[in-house]
Amino acid sequence: MTALLHVDNISKRFGGFVALDGVELMVQPGERLGLIGPNGSGKSTLVNCICGTLQNESGSVRFDGQVVDGLAAHQRTHRGIARSFQLPRPFTSMTLVDNLRIPLLYTVHARSGPLRSTGDLDARCHELLEMVGLVKKAKQMPRDLTQVEMRKLELARAVAAEPKLLIADESMAGLSHSEIEDILTLLVRLNERGITVILIEHIMSAVMSFSQRLAVLVSGKKIADGKPEDVVRNPEVVRAYLGQ
Amino acid sequence: MDISFDLLLNAIAAGLLLGGFYAAVTAGVSISFGMLDIVNIAHPGFVILGSYLAYFININFGVDPILVSILMLPAFYALGSAVYQVYYLSFEKRGQESLRGLAFFFGLLFVTEVSLILVFGVDYRYVEAAYIGPSIHIGLVDLPLRMLVPCLAALALFGAIELFITRTFTGRAIMAVSQDQLALQLMAADPIRIKRIAFGISIATCAIAGALLIIIQPVEPSVGREYIGRVFAICVLGGLGSMPGTLIAAMLLGIVESLTATFYGPSWAPAVSFGFLLLTLAFRPAGLLGR
Amino acid sequence: MNTAKFSLIAIAIGAAVLAFAHWFKVDYLYFASYTILQFIVLATAWNILGGYCGYVNFGSAAFFAMGAYSSVFMHKFYPLPIPVLIVIGAIVSGIAGFGMGYLTLRLRGSFFAIATLALAVVLQTLVVNWDYVGGSRGAYILRPESLEFAGITINYIEYLFALMLALAVIALVTARVIERSQLGFGFATIRDDELAAEACGVPTLRLKLIATTLSGAFMGMAGAPFPYYIGYLQPSSAFGLEYAVNSIAMPMIGGTTSWVGPLVGAILLGSAQQYATVTISSAVNLLIVGLMLVGFVIIAPNGLIGLVQERLRARRKP
Repeated sequence: MTALLHVDNISKRFGGFVALDGVELMVQPGERLGLIGPNGSGKSTLVNCICGTLQNESGSVRFDGQVVDGLAAHQRTHRGIARSFQLPRPFTSMTLVDNLRIPLLYTVHARSGPLRSTGDLDARCHELLEMVGLVKKAKQMPRDLTQVEMRKLELARAVAAEPKLLIADESMAGLSHSEIEDILTLLVRLNERGITVILIEHIMSAVMSFSQRLAVLVSGKKIADGKPEDVVRNPEVVRAYLGQ
Repeated sequence: MDISFDLLLNAIAAGLLLGGFYAAVTAGVSISFGMLDIVNIAHPGFVILGSYLAYFININFGVDPILVSILMLPAFYALGSAVYQVYYLSFEKRGQESLRGLAFFFGLLFVTEVSLILVFGVDYRYVEAAYIGPSIHIGLVDLPLRMLVPCLAALALFGAIELFITRTFTGRAIMAVSQDQLALQLMAADPIRIKRIAFGISIATCAIAGALLIIIQPVEPSVGREYIGRVFAICVLGGLGSMPGTLIAAMLLGIVESLTATFYGPSWAPAVSFGFLLLTLAFRPAGLLGR
Repeated sequence: MNTAKFSLIAIAIGAAVLAFAHWFKVDYLYFASYTILQFIVLATAWNILGGYCGYVNFGSAAFFAMGAYSSVFMHKFYPLPIPVLIVIGAIVSGIAGFGMGYLTLRLRGSFFAIATLALAVVLQTLVVNWDYVGGSRGAYILRPESLEFAGITINYIEYLFALMLALAVIALVTARVIERSQLGFGFATIRDDELAAEACGVPTLRLKLIATTLSGAFMGMAGAPFPYYIGYLQPSSAFGLEYAVNSIAMPMIGGTTSWVGPLVGAILLGSAQQYATVTISSAVNLLIVGLMLVGFVIIAPNGLIGLVQERLRARRKP
């Protein structure tokens, strides 16, 4: 089975600073991959390179069998990669419903043939808001949301693009235990529908219960990649988290 | 075209001297744009303000213009701090720097220029000093003192800023704030205060640059506009925030402009710097010595 | 209100204004109103890129002047009726807008703004050195006294006024159509957060190019009749900084998020300037524009329309 995502030995520098150093990663269709690593290890840079927000300097990124290097972010979104931002980036001049309408108009409709009517769009937006528990605030503006609610909106917006691969970048920071459970259930449900998920998190309990496979990034290098229970016992990983 | 070696050499020499001066004008923008990421297109307006103040005091009290500018440093510094404070409260805090911040500085540039027109009129003004007029001769090359003195003063200013940035705590804090605001906060330094100091210094350089300008050439209020392109072209070409890069880029621009003016005529000169800027932005926005 | 209805109302208002002016028949009013109508077009055009997308264009004068100079060029080369010149102006300035966008829109907003300034100066230098269109000496365009149309003789200045009125209506209707369309929606995401827009699948570069092309085209259209209006065209007047300042100040003072803002800003500021130029001096008038721009940008970031909207919102809450 060909990998859905193949990150093939990519590197990325910012001036003199090496953010990613020969990172190799494969994600199978339908897989639940967890990605962990200390702050500054390059996780967000990796996500940015996969999604096209940044371009990797060497190596290549292959999605769904095709090389996506050089493609702009919006083109990769059209192909089926969606991500939520670590620091939520809502469209501040629009209501929540309109925020979700954007990926529907510009991604989903850009792919499929006939345009659905506005009625359908509204229904879909409300469905998505319902999914993350924000339907009561549908007509409100992002500035009226709490941090936690903004993260949920981020996730909803990513899901709205109907991706094949969803990258959830620290969507659970600051959530209560039950809210974390809700997000996890949601992600598992999406995964059961066929969406491949990469979960980037610091909350170990969530990562452990969710992931089928776990990869660890430290200082721009991947130091471990395998079954979660094996990876957490890997001495290098322990050293990276607990220091020497 | 018959290019006489003599003419060529002089054009290059003039270009170098001009380039040195351009570096002084750009030094402030290197700080405000290169390090603080503030697009202060009103910078040349403040330079012209400095020119007119130097003119005023020179004509009425006979004080040497460079001396005047040094005396005015505190006032310009205060002006810079005040402008930054308004800018920060109105735009940076609200995250609206891009659209409204730009419009703000554009408005300031305009207000400065028109105010000067209302006070001084549109006639060209010039200063008087002992070194305006004579030149020194080195072989084939003519070095007019009215260009040599400003160039040397400019290099001194430039050197002073470079030392400040690299050797003092505040200077290094400014470099830090340009790279990582959060880290600076964790070091218990107030980034807003640091930025205010930096912007104040940036405008303070305008006092000196203005005095140098009016020594080199007669000034009228719209002269500032020619410098917008030059200043940002040099800044971008030199790599944002790199002082040595800025100096090299300034010299380069000065030489190219001088050669163009000598061999093609001065009416093409504005196209040179602005054209340079466009090309740099289009093809190499990271600058010649790109980061 | 759908677009068709709005267009009809706009055309009706335009026709009423035309009839009103015709009845009064004061030449000075034609001249003054022409300037205001011109600013309505320029401000609306600027706002498409600036207000809707968030990309500041300092070089409005360049696109305006290119429209004007393409008319001068055609006048010498092969005279054509003004409506055709307007189309030519639109094409020339539209292409320029596209070209400039292509070169610089991949950069951040602040670099783009500086690039627009650079473009304006480069173009001005090119025109100053181009003798065919008069260079720095300027070009004279003799304006005929009147025009024959379907057996009626129309005063030429009235003809120019009518053309600019039509352009203003077209510009406003276009702005409103964009605002309410998917395109306008996409523009707003670029303004709010370009990175997030890309991640949602919005082709930001393509949309920005559409915006710069449209914006440039409308500015060129506003410039095309200008040589006939003014009679003697010099680079310094065509490329004058007052065009750059006004096309920024009028939308920012009026309000940048809708088509109403530039209209309000142009009428208010334009009239005030006409009055000030006549009663005080043109320099003071420009000073006032500059001060108002700075003041409004600090105090009322959403312009007059924004202030009105806030009042209405405050009144709605119990």
